[in-house]
Amino acid sequence: MSVFESNKKRRELNEKLIKWALIMAATISILTTFGILFSILFEALEFFKLRSFLYFITGSEWTPGVIGSKFGALPIFAGTFVITIIALIVAIPVGLGSAIYMSEYASSNVRDYLKPMLEILAGIPSVVYGFFAAITVAPLVVKLAEFFGLEATFNSALACGIVMGIMIIPIISSLCDDVIRAVPDSQRKAAFGLGMTHGETIKNIVLPSAMPGIISASLLALSKALGETMVVVMAAGLRPNLSWNPLDDMTTVTVTIVNALVGDFEFNSPETLSAFALGLVLFVVTLILNMISLSLIRKFKEKYKVNTL
Amino acid sequence: MIKRNKKDKNNPFYDPTLKKRHSIAKRFKTFTLSSLIFSIAFLAFFLFDISSKGIPAFTMYEVQATVEINEKSLDDSRFAVTKEYRNIVSRAWLRDLPKLVNKDPKLMNTTQTMWVLADDQVDQYLKGHHYKLKDKEKALVDELNSKGLIKAKFNTIFFTNGDSKIPEYAGISSAMVGSIFTLVITMLFAFPIGVMTAVYLEEFSKDNKFTRFIEININNLAAIPSILFGLLGLSIFINLFGLPRSSPMVGGLTLALMTLPIIIVSSRAALRSVPDNIRQAGYGLGLNKIQVTRDHVLPLAFPGILTGSIIGLANAMGETAPLIIVGMIAFIPDAPAMVTSAATVMPAQIFTWAGMPEGMYIEKTAAGIMVLLGILMSLNALAIYLRKKFEVKW
Repeated sequence: MSVFESNKKRRELNEKLIKWALIMAATISILTTFGILFSILFEALEFFKLRSFLYFITGSEWTPGVIGSKFGALPIFAGTFVITIIALIVAIPVGLGSAIYMSEYASSNVRDYLKPMLEILAGIPSVVYGFFAAITVAPLVVKLAEFFGLEATFNSALACGIVMGIMIIPIISSLCDDVIRAVPDSQRKAAFGLGMTHGETIKNIVLPSAMPGIISASLLALSKALGETMVVVMAAGLRPNLSWNPLDDMTTVTVTIVNALVGDFEFNSPETLSAFALGLVLFVVTLILNMISLSLIRKFKEKYKVNTL
Repeated sequence: MIKRNKKDKNNPFYDPTLKKRHSIAKRFKTFTLSSLIFSIAFLAFFLFDISSKGIPAFTMYEVQATVEINEKSLDDSRFAVTKEYRNIVSRAWLRDLPKLVNKDPKLMNTTQTMWVLADDQVDQYLKGHHYKLKDKEKALVDELNSKGLIKAKFNTIFFTNGDSKIPEYAGISSAMVGSIFTLVITMLFAFPIGVMTAVYLEEFSKDNKFTRFIEININNLAAIPSILFGLLGLSIFINLFGLPRSSPMVGGLTLALMTLPIIIVSSRAALRSVPDNIRQAGYGLGLNKIQVTRDHVLPLAFPGILTGSIIGLANAMGETAPLIIVGMIAFIPDAPAMVTSAATVMPAQIFTWAGMPEGMYIEKTAAGIMVLLGILMSLNALAIYLRKKFEVKW
């Protein structure tokens, strides 16, 4: 009797210890999120003690490293916006088109070959895309622009945007593929029964049903494009440039962060701290995009009762 | 039987727009197919472009030259070869002569006929790329080449040397060792913590606010831009904990936090795929929750966990942005000796070379990319193989 008792006690203690260890491990992910938030927030607040927040958001001059340096991030936001929009213009139609073909038209046999190819595209590191954008695509864009009598720089937003768009195709195509396949087959059958062509069925029935998922994928891709660093560091310009011309060079939030932190400034100088202010903006924007994206996909899952997404 | 004429106006199923509708449907299908073909064509173009740029880097040239080995030439490598050879052979190679003498002291004070590594400009000239050689040097190279005194061989230097400011002497070995150190640190932290989190969430947690909060956090972590992890590494690991900048320790910890969500999500999926029968059978035999999880559920889920971890490892291996922020792009000619000494990693090496002005670095960059992609694809192939091999259909 006593042997069992003591064994049981030891066992219970063990069980408790292990459970606590598991809980500790699980809290690390929370700590990481808060670690990122607070490490960025504190340094960003330091920055806003030195420079005005209002000018940071609305000012159009970014001149670090000179006496009387100004930190107006508007041209940086504009550059990020232009490059991201170009990326989405490339990625959404191509990614969605590929997803529709794979889920609706391709036989499962063909699909088995096609899907790994898109996965290869997703597995290529961004530094490799950056090299490709800088060495191959950028000169091509310059030549093409010359052909049409236009002038493009060697670090044009267009070259960056195109390569970044190709980079995020797999994000859109794989999520859209899953979502479209989760649309119940009864909807398609009903549409065929009413005499719709396959194309009409997809456009009028399947895509509207899958729309929350498609929007969610696009938002995820948008957030990925906003935070993408290596492609723009290697292929975009360094000069904050408030311009809408995609053939111009422009810089992005991530490029400016990298440049501020690899420079030779003191850590407590506004030049270095500005990186954290920009990082805070990036964090907040991508967090909001992710939240919307996740809630859309959750609603879709609840509506069609799928667990595989 | 009524003869059905499609064009018959009396046919109630007649639709005059049918032809148009079919052609629209066909056009739509063509659009979707062409977007898929676009992605795959891009992939093919990309692989072709990188390999056509990178393959020449796997060849190196050696010139047969008379090398004088004495005090003077060991002290100043310029005196090791005659004047006209000075711009043809590699300066970096001659600077390493003392190492050769250390290995074989008998070479001291002799004159040897040796195969000496060619200068980068000679290399580029022989490969037909853009080069900068004076006419005299070009003539000498042509002459030597026709006499068979220049030979091409497989570029072993690329794999055995570390980074160098002299293009022909630069290699990826120090970056490779740096990558291995960094990834060992990454997996040492990310794997146990990730698996433990997954076990907690799948097997132990109740559906309460705390659990949901962790889940939301993990989903968000997976989508936070990688550069922000670099900011975390900089201000917490370096500034707060005082870990050495540029070290695999800091880089590995930063990457571990990024890899966590991937490992957690795939481990959870693997644990969830183990059927409940196994657990119930275990409880029926009087095992407690920990014994069931440790002895039955985890071993059955292990192949899936391993696959996810390998994919996470491959992801971490290609990551550059956060490592730049924590300073892992320094010029590192020698492989790091410890996890706390300064190091660089393969993608960071690629980034550094891509910014170099000399033409030879372009092919080195592309070759480095080929090696990196080769490793990543083998890792992914291994993951797929393991998944196929150990996949259990319940």
